[in-house]
Amino acid sequence: MTLTTIAFYAFAIVLLASAVRVITAKNPVHSVLFLILAFFNAAGLFVLIGAEFVAMILVIVYVGAVAVLFLFVVMMLDINFQELRQGFMQYMPVGLVVGAILAVELVFLAVTQLAGGPVGGQANNAPIPPVDQVTNTEAIGQILYTDYVYAFQVSGLILLVAMIGAIVLTLRSRPGVRRQQIGQQLDRKRAEVVQVRKVPTRGGV
Amino acid sequence: MALLDRTARGLFLWELVNGMALTFSYMFKPRVTLNYPYERGPTSPRFRGEHALRRYPNGEERCIACKLCEAICPALAITIEAEPREDGSRRTTRYDIDMTKCIYCGLCQEACPVDAIVEGPNLEFATETREELYYNKEKLLANGDRWEAQIAANLAADAPYR
Amino acid sequence: MSDILAQLGAFWADLPLIVRIIAGILVIVVPLLIGMALLTYFERKVMAAMQLRQGPNLVGPFGLLQPFADGLKLLSKETVVPVQANAGVFFAAPMLTFLLALVAWAVIPFGEGLVLADINVGVLYLFAISSLGVYGIIMAGWASNSKYAFLGGLRAAAQMVSYEVSIGLVIITVLLCVGSLNLSKIVEAQKTVWFFIPLFPMFIIFFISALAETNRAPFDLPEGESELSGGFNVEYSSMTFALFFLGEYINMILMSAMTVILFLGGWLPPLDIAPLNWIPGPLWFIAKITFVLFCFIWVRATLPRYRYDQLMRLGWKVFLPFSLIWVVLTSGVLVYFDLLP
Repeated sequence: MTLTTIAFYAFAIVLLASAVRVITAKNPVHSVLFLILAFFNAAGLFVLIGAEFVAMILVIVYVGAVAVLFLFVVMMLDINFQELRQGFMQYMPVGLVVGAILAVELVFLAVTQLAGGPVGGQANNAPIPPVDQVTNTEAIGQILYTDYVYAFQVSGLILLVAMIGAIVLTLRSRPGVRRQQIGQQLDRKRAEVVQVRKVPTRGGV
Repeated sequence: MALLDRTARGLFLWELVNGMALTFSYMFKPRVTLNYPYERGPTSPRFRGEHALRRYPNGEERCIACKLCEAICPALAITIEAEPREDGSRRTTRYDIDMTKCIYCGLCQEACPVDAIVEGPNLEFATETREELYYNKEKLLANGDRWEAQIAANLAADAPYR
Repeated sequence: MSDILAQLGAFWADLPLIVRIIAGILVIVVPLLIGMALLTYFERKVMAAMQLRQGPNLVGPFGLLQPFADGLKLLSKETVVPVQANAGVFFAAPMLTFLLALVAWAVIPFGEGLVLADINVGVLYLFAISSLGVYGIIMAGWASNSKYAFLGGLRAAAQMVSYEVSIGLVIITVLLCVGSLNLSKIVEAQKTVWFFIPLFPMFIIFFISALAETNRAPFDLPEGESELSGGFNVEYSSMTFALFFLGEYINMILMSAMTVILFLGGWLPPLDIAPLNWIPGPLWFIAKITFVLFCFIWVRATLPRYRYDQLMRLGWKVFLPFSLIWVVLTSGVLVYFDLLP
């Protein structure tokens, strides 16, 4: 058993265990923390198969940004567990169906892969430069900006639309709010706002 | 023009650079603080620090147990018991100051007709326990012996203004 | 002399891999911890000088042993755990902070070839680890079950997310000029000119974002002594607090090292001429880190704390568009003049 194998099993076991804890943990904050641990171990698995770029992006984007915001929201939630449990049986069939579809897909993928068939279709047969010549960052870049450039741009556009949509949905103009006018504040000169006056005794201003 | 001026200042972080330059120039100015335990600032002759019971130059204690200090003490920190000594003079058998109660107002010193109880120049008498701050007569007399030179000088310096 | 070096090299090569790795880790971590201790001393001395004070000068010569005395004091104190605290997360938070601060040093190149793990995505690794640092703070804020700590944690989360965006864009501009994610290659690309000259605005933005990323003044809102009375670490005492403290200062050194690698030419001497290139690379590296750390302290001694909405405004409305424009500008210039690496 080599070091890589041990590392693989360690990452895989922690990944599965924390994934289970994500859905079984009573405390939602614990769930999110376990989710982060799961992401982290997934990144470890990516490193093991030599995809360090994907691993780092996973950590930066999911753990560093998305999960922070998750945690941010979940920490402030005041969740009533009784209420959440009520709909459980009602939604169970739908959940089971979705789960079953995913499981079937995974099994199908594994079987075709084991049988040696093509997994990704045509694109997978495109010539990929060998790993020892090109770093995988470069390899991803080359594929992303040549073969898949339209898909890439479209996904970017979808994200942009989603972003604009979120802004439009949450933007509300509240009248009567006094905002800080930084420009005005900075433009004020001493001479305009401060007066030094000689006040006569018992005279007042 | 004001807008241009402001934008330029903002863009080149003019105010920040100004402030940073000021603090940097302060780095090379002489220090204004004293290296405290080794250097001290001057204390006024009227400084009201740790209490002391003084003696006359011949070694006789000054206190005559008139209890004026006990009476005037606003914090009720002073406790005095007195009885005549063998030679017939009136002296204290007990002179306690609870330093945890004392507010260092200096009224005991003002009240004393014989300049026996004084507040000396010492301000470093912190202790590790409260008990050590319940001063008795021995401790106060020892303080007086220890600080006599400075106390006498301070009293002399302050005398013209009394 | 060269005989001894050759023998040492042979001896080193003969050692088993695991021993070499552990020795390498110790060679980095031990000086780092000592450097962190000296940094607290350095900070107190520089701040004192700027405020016309003396600073620590009693423990050891010139007070040099003061940080060790402080460390011993913290060690000998009692660890207090609030009754309502979530003990597991409460203890995991400082450990995580400290661990992440140390882990990042694996990829820092101290000199030519002097790096523990010369990985191809070094910059991304550093960026990832520094973005994880916030978890220690959020977990501490949540687990303490105290309002001050919680507010500190929330502030840390929002602040980190805002400033990571501009840091990412700054890193992208540097990467555009280098063409590699490897930290050693980034340093070597600065042989002709250090990047802080052509990318000066990016350098300033990176430095300010680094201040925000390490929760240093004027962006120390998660701590905010005067408003949150200590923020996320208000409930921590003894060694748990010491670990936060260590983590924060090591992170400071780390961000300085990152600034040096990305903009100040890493281990390279300022000019490749006789008296300057006699000094070995690691010394240059340490000297530059010290300079950046001095700037960190200098800023802290000068500026008051930002208000929270001002912090957000600066991050999203000033730095983000500005750095985005610079990314486009840099790539445009590089493509137009055919300078792409």
